[in-house]
Amino acid sequence: MPGDARPKKKTIRMIPQARTPAHEQDPAERACNFDEVNLGYLIEDAQLEAERCLMCPEQPCVAGCPVGIAIPDFIQRITARDYRGAYDVITATNLLPAVCGRVCPQESQCEGSCTVGDTLEPVAIGRLERWVGDMAIRERWSNVPYIQPSGFKVGIVGSGPAGMACAADMAKAGCEVTVFEAFHEPGGVLKYGIPDFRLPNKVVDAEIAKLEALGIRFECNTLVGRLFTVEQMVEEMGFHAVFVGTGAGYPSFMGIPGESLNGVLSANELLTRCNLMHAREFPDYDTPLQPGRRVVVIGAGNTAMDALRVSRRVGAESVRCLYRRSRAEAPARAEELHHAEEEGIEFHWLASPVELLDDGKRNVRAVRCIRMTLGEPDASGRRRPVPEAGSEFEIEADMVVYAIGTNANPIIGQTSKLQLDQRGYIATDASLATSIPGVFAGGDIVTGAATVIEAMGAGRRAARAMKAFLGLRDTDHLYCDAAVEPGSRMFGIDRAERGFARIRVPR
Amino acid sequence: MNQARVAGYEVVSRQDFSDVTFLLEVQHPQLARAARPGQFVIVMASEHGERIPLTIADYDRERGTVTLVIQAVGKTTREMQRDCRVGTRLVALVGPMGVPSHIGKARKVLCVGGGLGVAPVYPQARGYKESGAYVIGILGFRNRDLMFWEDKFRATCDELIVCTDDGSAGIKGLVTEGIRLAISKHRDIDECVAIGPPVMMKGCAEATRSSGIRTIVSLNPVMVDGTGMCGGCRVKVGETVKFACVDGPDFDGHLVDFDDLMFRLQRYRATELAATERFNENCRMRSLTGQPVVAE
Repeated sequence: MPGDARPKKKTIRMIPQARTPAHEQDPAERACNFDEVNLGYLIEDAQLEAERCLMCPEQPCVAGCPVGIAIPDFIQRITARDYRGAYDVITATNLLPAVCGRVCPQESQCEGSCTVGDTLEPVAIGRLERWVGDMAIRERWSNVPYIQPSGFKVGIVGSGPAGMACAADMAKAGCEVTVFEAFHEPGGVLKYGIPDFRLPNKVVDAEIAKLEALGIRFECNTLVGRLFTVEQMVEEMGFHAVFVGTGAGYPSFMGIPGESLNGVLSANELLTRCNLMHAREFPDYDTPLQPGRRVVVIGAGNTAMDALRVSRRVGAESVRCLYRRSRAEAPARAEELHHAEEEGIEFHWLASPVELLDDGKRNVRAVRCIRMTLGEPDASGRRRPVPEAGSEFEIEADMVVYAIGTNANPIIGQTSKLQLDQRGYIATDASLATSIPGVFAGGDIVTGAATVIEAMGAGRRAARAMKAFLGLRDTDHLYCDAAVEPGSRMFGIDRAERGFARIRVPR
Repeated sequence: MNQARVAGYEVVSRQDFSDVTFLLEVQHPQLARAARPGQFVIVMASEHGERIPLTIADYDRERGTVTLVIQAVGKTTREMQRDCRVGTRLVALVGPMGVPSHIGKARKVLCVGGGLGVAPVYPQARGYKESGAYVIGILGFRNRDLMFWEDKFRATCDELIVCTDDGSAGIKGLVTEGIRLAISKHRDIDECVAIGPPVMMKGCAEATRSSGIRTIVSLNPVMVDGTGMCGGCRVKVGETVKFACVDGPDFDGHLVDFDDLMFRLQRYRATELAATERFNENCRMRSLTGQPVVAE
């Protein structure tokens, strides 16, 4: 019957042309509070934005996602008002939609490759993902599958995004999973690093509660390496496999004069004090923070944006960002940069500090800077900043925050025989296996500082390798390959594989 | 749910050495097994508390306990003095942190503790003794009333020199006086371990410099996480900058820039003073209104 056929293929002209804006707190108001800036979508916004997906057959967004979420599929379910279905589609690959919808750099991942983006602004995939994730938290949805215990014990070192993702996959594979965290609360960088106005800690807690529902145990106040070593976990504590996801939290400084002055600190210190330790609620919480009146943050990545915006919120009069390249090269997400600008952060592009100046009482008074110009592209593909002779100038500052990157956390390297690479990161093969059998590693401790979703992707890849190592059935892993002796196969299945019914054949 | 997150770590014994110094013995068998001389822990006494680093004063693997000696100087430590009784629990206790002290082949060693530093130098003295070294203990206190653990050291050390500022016990003078005495008597000292306030460790490093005795000091700068993440504990050692939490806390005393350390310890001074002031005020209010009063 005519008209009853398949829905007509959508074209770019049929969809809502403008991207649906997210609701946001007013810049003037939010610069004084720690409530979330991006208030997300209402149901009608989500419906409207879901309309914008062309359902193109190429699905470049899926390829652009580090964990390969079936994006058109979940958007389709939003359109069909099957929200629970949308949640199920996302959680089939990504356990933390409420987190990733907030903190992923979508513009360089899924949204960056969206077909609609060729002509119009791309579909706001991140906002839709977050909307689904938030609804799941509100409605208390969680997908706890039937889990058949496999009898294996798995230990995870570090409760950040890599550890969480790996833990979830291993728990679903029937393993008894324990996650060890050195801080007094689980969540890693999601808790101590990313501020509440970008990712509220209660969202992280809600996601952790879902992991606990899968049977995962979180052991806090446990410094692996020092309380017990990775080797002890494998040899004495009965862990059949271990995943190390301790991150790259060791902050870098520049080595310029004046860095030991009071008032000079790493973004990690500022953020940890404010976020995890609640220094902003001093004296209700005991951790002190001496907020600066004139703050300078060095760097222009996401951590720098967080440090700038936190400084603004704890009452700084002026907050300035110093970056040696230009705005175009700034590694921060476009949205963060935009939000920071709206909140009155001053940006000094193409300027680099050369010295921090003393007020005579060992406090920082000013930053001496030098102007830069951009030369030829360097190894990272970005244009190399070159100092301009004689262009030095001073910026007054009573607080200087370094957000220029981090290095590998040294503790696991100091306390185990795990092989490290030249920069101190853990060396792994392509499957993320380390030099110790049964020990896997992933996330920033392998790659150096990257994003939350990349760390989660690594956690999941390591989980696949762990399952193969343990001989657990996994749809991604083909057990019966040519290398398996015919005698050790049964019905075409490798006998080493666990998780299928074994039949004893009488001799 | 993690037990520790709910239950915390139980205080099983407490001893008050003076009106400011007290000892807590906390149940944590795993930590007691792992601890080595020179390491420290981070403690959070309450949910809203701050994380404070404390050097491990002793550990008992059989009892499954670690011992911390605390001086009530700021808001957090005074609150601990008031609240941490036997049977109460610390919200968080994590460690052992830092690189353990290297107890090498030294044959004759000075173990110098000043004030609160007397506690953490004890495991070192015991470690050296167990390794077969001749151990000379030098303990410094302001006066006789503040003294503690003299008996423990007497039982461990081959020689013990007690120094008090006012001469009310042992010799009159600072620990540096004791070091000079020991050096003049023994020409063959290989190593010196000094733990105490930065100014005292600086003095010790100066006292041993001319005789070229390797001198190890244990630094306790401001830190938050204790795992190498905040960088608050960075210290200047020779030409390099080190993080005391993961590169230390032990460093070569002849290379440490103590002036830099002392200034950096004042970083949060204003806020800390305000907090202590508020705490004192609350205590006075409580005593006026008949609420439970703090032993002061």
